[in-house]
Amino acid sequence: MTKVLIGKLGLDGHDVGAKIICRALMERGFEVIYTGLRKSAAQIAEIAMQEDVDAVGVSLLSGSHLPLLEKLAEELRSRGLEDKAWLAGGVIPREDRDAVRDLGFSGVFPTGADFDEIADFIRENAR
Amino acid sequence: MSGKKDTGIRKAILESGIEVKPVYGPEDVEASGGFEGIGKPGEYPFTRGIHALMYRKRPFTMRQYSGFGTARETNERFRYLIENGQTGLNVAFDLPTQIGLDSDDEMAAGEVGRVGMAVDSLLDMEEAFEGIDLEKITVSLTINGSAIVLMAMYFAMAKKRGYDLSTLRGTAQNDILKEFVGRGTWVFPVEPSIKLIGDTIEFCAEHLPKYSPVSVCGYHIRESGALPHEEMAYGILIARAYMDHVIARGLKVDEFASRLSFNFDIHGNFLEQIAKFRAGRRMWAKTVKEDYGAENPKSMVLRMIAGGGGGGLTIEQPELNVVRTAYYALMSALSGTQTMALCSYDEAYTIPTEKAARVTLRTMQIVIEETGICDTVDPLGGRRAVETLTNEMEKKTREAMAEVDQWGGIVKAISEGHLQAHVSRRAFEHEKAIRDGTVPKVGVNRYRMEEDEPQVELHPYDPGETDRACARLTKLREERSDGDVEQTLAGVRAAAAAGENVMPQVMAAVTAYATVGEIMGALRSEYGEFKEPVRF
Repeated sequence: MTKVLIGKLGLDGHDVGAKIICRALMERGFEVIYTGLRKSAAQIAEIAMQEDVDAVGVSLLSGSHLPLLEKLAEELRSRGLEDKAWLAGGVIPREDRDAVRDLGFSGVFPTGADFDEIADFIRENAR
Repeated sequence: MSGKKDTGIRKAILESGIEVKPVYGPEDVEASGGFEGIGKPGEYPFTRGIHALMYRKRPFTMRQYSGFGTARETNERFRYLIENGQTGLNVAFDLPTQIGLDSDDEMAAGEVGRVGMAVDSLLDMEEAFEGIDLEKITVSLTINGSAIVLMAMYFAMAKKRGYDLSTLRGTAQNDILKEFVGRGTWVFPVEPSIKLIGDTIEFCAEHLPKYSPVSVCGYHIRESGALPHEEMAYGILIARAYMDHVIARGLKVDEFASRLSFNFDIHGNFLEQIAKFRAGRRMWAKTVKEDYGAENPKSMVLRMIAGGGGGGLTIEQPELNVVRTAYYALMSALSGTQTMALCSYDEAYTIPTEKAARVTLRTMQIVIEETGICDTVDPLGGRRAVETLTNEMEKKTREAMAEVDQWGGIVKAISEGHLQAHVSRRAFEHEKAIRDGTVPKVGVNRYRMEEDEPQVELHPYDPGETDRACARLTKLREERSDGDVEQTLAGVRAAAAAGENVMPQVMAAVTAYATVGEIMGALRSEYGEFKEPVRF
């Protein structure tokens, strides 16, 4: 079964969307691990490694996505997890999406994204 | 309904499960509980409103949520809103401040001044309110996990400016139980968190009798997925949890209940929301009088801010949000709110721009000045549909309260994550219903337009914010008296360890310019941190 980590990166306490994605993925047959709130980049990368997940998705609504995702990318790479599927969701304004992809988060799924598209992306990119 | 023939019309069922009839007669009111519970405005059980003359005497306070960047920038936005006719302030703090970290904390990197104003010490609080008359403009602090420190800073600032604390008005959100369910700025485990709320209530009852130390929020639980009657049920249960705690500490209900206030959400079905507020007012009055034995009618009134409505706004066709918030303003006024705040049309993307904030303020001003809504108290009161739905909402709300009892009560349900799981399941069901079109949403699942993602002007964020805040902190740490800081922080730790009310010690610490992070750190060393139960 494809194993997905859904994380809340940074201090933002809005978890409605992250939990909705967890449920949507569970319904679609994925094994989902949810980190809970307020995890640092290092914590998320560590859980991803320990749990040997196939995909890592994080949700951010605070506007701090760029600096935080940059840190997460470093932490994931330093653990050799660059081959996993990386996803970022939440409030990610259009003008920032290329920058987010450039950091390595090729799956950018802002608020309202289609559940099946997210699932397809994970199936295609999970390692 | 067996035996009745099919009328051929579609069923109208509210979120709370109440079925709406096309026509209501007196028999419907009778069947639902009658007109007895209505009473007069300003009289028990306050169904029609908490004042006899309501808006005819004074319209609702307009209090937009605002704050970003540094105290200086926030002060400018405050003054702008006041110049434009806003009558109250509602302060947004950045996330590090909300969870008790200083701007130079490693975990704060990238988040300083982002979703609200960064406050590290009394210095920032002083700057934020410079030139603002705290007697004319009442201030609401949207702060929870670190509320005890920020409240102390606000009080210390007012005191330094010569205000008499015994007449100081204002509100702190300071509702930690809902933070465990939605919003998420908890810090300490559940029990010490409630204890700190008790400290603030006790301190205010003694020293700031006009100040509202807690605003119990159904709002964020609704935004997290709860249905309207659940929002009211959980709000009342959380308020009861605080009351039980404070009463166990020896306060009498009439010594503090009149200073509790509430915060509720407005989006959803028009009559259902209005019924929710009318039922909620009545239920709260009965609770405080019958269950807690209050004698002072002021203890029994449910004072509230009603508005927001973020969950009803859309990213698609954002200009439609202006129209939606206008309806929300009307619903909120027809519900008899004391204070109104509304989300701005661009708030799904960004901190509202100056223009968006102004349009929202004008929306409320139109309701007050153009519609005539303020002329007559509770103009919907006595309507058969409204009174029937109000009676039915009360029943639904009681059912939701009984369900929480089965989970072992609100504190246990939150500590163990049952309530969170229940609410997030609701959110998922609602999201699916929007996606499959069962719940209509104009611009989303009806009349959708293939549009480029709407171009909304984003609030600029200056990454230099963190550096400036850190430089300011370094300077402060050099200039203040280390001895005073250490001594007062030791006082905070000692009071916490002894189980005493920590508020007087926190007041001493903020006055010595100890920082938010230092004081919260002292409390953390005694209370520990909350471990989030993850449950689906």
